[in-house]
Amino acid sequence: MRAIQFLNSLLLREFVSTFFLAMRYFFKPKPTINYPFEKGPVSPRFRGEHALRRYPNGEERCIACKLCEAICPAQAITIEAGPRQNDGTRRTVRYDIDMVKCIYCGFCQEACPVDAIVEGPNFEFATETREELYFDKEKLLENGDRWEREIAANLAADAPYR
Amino acid sequence: MDWLLPSLDYLLGVPFLGLGEQIGFVWKALLLLVTLLVFVAYVLLADRKIWAAVQIRRGPNVVGAFGLLQSFADLLKFAFKEPLIPAGSDKVVFLLAPFITVLVSLAAWAVVPIDEGWAMADINVGVLYILAISSLGVYGVIMGGWASNSKYPFLGALRSAAQMVSYEVSIGFVIITVLLCVGSLNLTDIVHAQQEMGLAHMLGVPWLSFLNWFWLPLFPMFIIFFISALAETNRPPFDLPEAESELVAGFMVEYGSTPYMMFMLGEYVAIVLMCALTTILFMGGWLPPIDAAPFNWIPGAVWFVLKTSLVFFMFAMVKAFVPRYRYDQLMRLGWKVFLPISIVMIFVVAFVLQLTGWGWHGGMA
Repeated sequence: MRAIQFLNSLLLREFVSTFFLAMRYFFKPKPTINYPFEKGPVSPRFRGEHALRRYPNGEERCIACKLCEAICPAQAITIEAGPRQNDGTRRTVRYDIDMVKCIYCGFCQEACPVDAIVEGPNFEFATETREELYFDKEKLLENGDRWEREIAANLAADAPYR
Repeated sequence: MDWLLPSLDYLLGVPFLGLGEQIGFVWKALLLLVTLLVFVAYVLLADRKIWAAVQIRRGPNVVGAFGLLQSFADLLKFAFKEPLIPAGSDKVVFLLAPFITVLVSLAAWAVVPIDEGWAMADINVGVLYILAISSLGVYGVIMGGWASNSKYPFLGALRSAAQMVSYEVSIGFVIITVLLCVGSLNLTDIVHAQQEMGLAHMLGVPWLSFLNWFWLPLFPMFIIFFISALAETNRPPFDLPEAESELVAGFMVEYGSTPYMMFMLGEYVAIVLMCALTTILFMGGWLPPIDAAPFNWIPGAVWFVLKTSLVFFMFAMVKAFVPRYRYDQLMRLGWKVFLPISIVMIFVVAFVLQLTGWGWHGGMA
């Protein structure tokens, strides 16, 4: 037994066989996704960048009920409510999300009675400064307009399971 | 003043500009330096690519086609970063250390014959020169580790010094076996010896010249040299000086930016040097593997680069598939396995040469 072990280590048997194993792996097709150029699948339930949605007629959904602000565990959401100038309906005067505080738990979209605040499929919103991550109402509505098609499709896909 | 013009001619001569008979030493050195550094840039890329391929990854592939310009992008990144010098460090020594590493590993290339007569300095103690210069490489590591005035670099430097010194011993003995067969310390002579004597000549098939080279008769020494070269250049599986899991990055912890780049450059130049040395000592330097029609049309420098790349490929593969050694295992391997084997092999080789009268006798087969 010891003699065999001695011979194996003298002839570097394990190293030689490992070399051939490594060479087999060397020529295997690579499973790596070539990220910035090709992207992996994203689940419809993915919780990414926040967006404020609108109704199809362009009216903003949010009614300033502040449920999202209340439930937010990281206290990242700040809302100020007030009657709107032209028709007096209750709307948000200010809707800020501090994306640096946000933990992307998705409670806000669960709490929302009108599907106004949602977490979209976008996760590529890295910025160079911290200030750019303090999203205000304007930015969130803009996100909603940009991602509406994907968000609507994701909500529809996930609806049967809710 | 008679000596001035010839020596200027020797140093700076450019024949087609009418500045001398031969190409000056300075230009040759500059050409070697630039070629070497570009080669090292691609060796770095190859290292990462091979490592990635074994792990079924793609490796760097964004900068340039197939990532071919990655090393140059890294160079720019390092050069534009802010160099940080720790407050408690010895600033002069701290900055001197990477310079010494680079200087020493580049200086060793002066004697390497890339092709017949291409050695910058074809001195008759070439092997000794390389051994001496590469031993000096420890100084860069020690100085860097000590001057950082910090725990991890210090431990890394100590380990590295002990490791490089102990493996230099077995490298020395391995080289002695080759020198016994050749009878000369000149690197060009070592290659010539592999051309003019050996197994292929004994078997009567002199055109199968790869059988002539020393890797076959001195096979155990070839393996020991290869493994010792890994340890000598701090390559995985012997990269204990910079073992990330325990010492963060060893003696380089406090380095960043250009000084770090110089350490890395010096390390890779030393690695390529060891590959080149393996090529010269055991794989017939610039000689073609088969001394017949299509093979000996290709210039020797190409064969040299190919063989060096092949050895480096093995370096990179070993990095990819062998786990890192523990420090006591490393020392045990060096002192208790390689040293006895190589000492015994010296006696064996000497006996065989004495009994059979083999060996290279200055051109006689």
